[in-house]
Amino acid sequence: MASQHATDDRFAGMSLDECYQCGKCTAGCPMAAAMDVVPNQIFRLAQLGKLERAARSQAIWLCVSCFTCTARCPKSVDCVGIIDALREMSLEKGWVAPELQRVRLFQQAFLDNIRKNGRINEVELIQRFKLSGFLNDFSVPLLMKDAMLAPKLMQRGKFHVFGEKVKDRDIVRRIFDRCQPQAVASGATEKEAVS
Amino acid sequence: MIEIGYYPGCALHGSSNDYEASVQACMKALGVRLNELDDWICCGATAAHSMNHMLSVALPARNLGIAERDGIDEVFAPCPMCSMELIKANRAITASPSLRAQIAEIVELPVEGKTEVINLIQVFERVGLEAIRAAVKKPLGHIQAACYYGCLLTRPPKVLEFDDAEQPSLMEGILEAIGASTVEWNYKTECCGAGMTMAREETIIDLAGKILDNAAAHGANCLVAACPMCHVNLDMKQADIARARGASRGLTVYYLSDLVGLALGLSPEELAINRHFVVRDLDAAPATSEA
Repeated sequence: MASQHATDDRFAGMSLDECYQCGKCTAGCPMAAAMDVVPNQIFRLAQLGKLERAARSQAIWLCVSCFTCTARCPKSVDCVGIIDALREMSLEKGWVAPELQRVRLFQQAFLDNIRKNGRINEVELIQRFKLSGFLNDFSVPLLMKDAMLAPKLMQRGKFHVFGEKVKDRDIVRRIFDRCQPQAVASGATEKEAVS
Repeated sequence: MIEIGYYPGCALHGSSNDYEASVQACMKALGVRLNELDDWICCGATAAHSMNHMLSVALPARNLGIAERDGIDEVFAPCPMCSMELIKANRAITASPSLRAQIAEIVELPVEGKTEVINLIQVFERVGLEAIRAAVKKPLGHIQAACYYGCLLTRPPKVLEFDDAEQPSLMEGILEAIGASTVEWNYKTECCGAGMTMAREETIIDLAGKILDNAAAHGANCLVAACPMCHVNLDMKQADIARARGASRGLTVYYLSDLVGLALGLSPEELAINRHFVVRDLDAAPATSEA
């Protein structure tokens, strides 16, 4: 396994090479305590080309995208951009950590919902997430969780069974189709999909 | 009369419709007319930027293209997730002519990236603190607020260039203008757990729990936020947090527009404060609360 150096195109423009391991990203990360590989280690793995190890970490899907690391990095490394690129890679390769499947399923349900309606329909999103979560790990508590929330939301006029849809849903689908990694790679882009 | 473009975003048209009611009532009282973007679409939020980079530029860019097409130079986005994504797309498009050309094809609209996108605090600044101070009918002397900025009002700072990312203070300035006092505390820019509410509840219990604890420990009698997602985690989830952490608490979480609206003489009902989960009667001096 030859480890390639960091010039992987998926990190282009993110100043990954600049990281000198000061650890400020990890010091400020609200999720670091729960992570298997902490942020500065993720960036070191990426520099060393050990992308599979980084992309298989639980850490990249525990990240809440709060941008504290990006804000504080003394070398202006685009920390969240690097984690985003690793998340995309973990999706492409099927490397998402088993413990974090629910986070992936939620994000997937979120995108599917936008594609369908143009805007988020919360009731549909939650149903879709719970169903896909249940099919993934057969967790009954997940299905039942927050069942008592619905009446409380209704009481407050916050429950919309029929969510909004945009008028022009076809354009939304076309945007999604054109942004699929294969479609993006075939055009001249800033951020080419890399095999 | 100030006229401004308006991008409510999905949350405000969903279960955070209390925030939308509050923003609308407050803006009307201040003479700000909001022109909603025609057939706006979701900004993609965290899901898009963590799963598909091109989509995370294209979805907000479509909305910027709609604004440009309709001659709207300035757009107010009350949700910091939306405003950050719109501004980030603007920056990416203006920095790269090739990306700009590609995005125009993807979203079927030319997008120059020239639309000014502003958050709730900036709208109040546009109205002017002196104008707000002059319009106050009921100064909020009994409010001792912890101003909570969360993540995306100020981060990433190189993209947003708004306030100080570590020690922001513009919200405190607005509260001062409406006669409220604020506390110094440690968690004003810490993350509440964001979109993990459904997928990983323990994240919210931990992060939002620490925020509520720290605000209370510094003598705040309420929290003020300017983000629908923060409000969900700190208000709707507060009873779950209290249960899981073994503490009982009832800290009211206001939207910034709630407090400005109250000071302008609007009622809690007009501002939909009665539809929050943790509700406290503002006029009753010793606070009783229900989480």
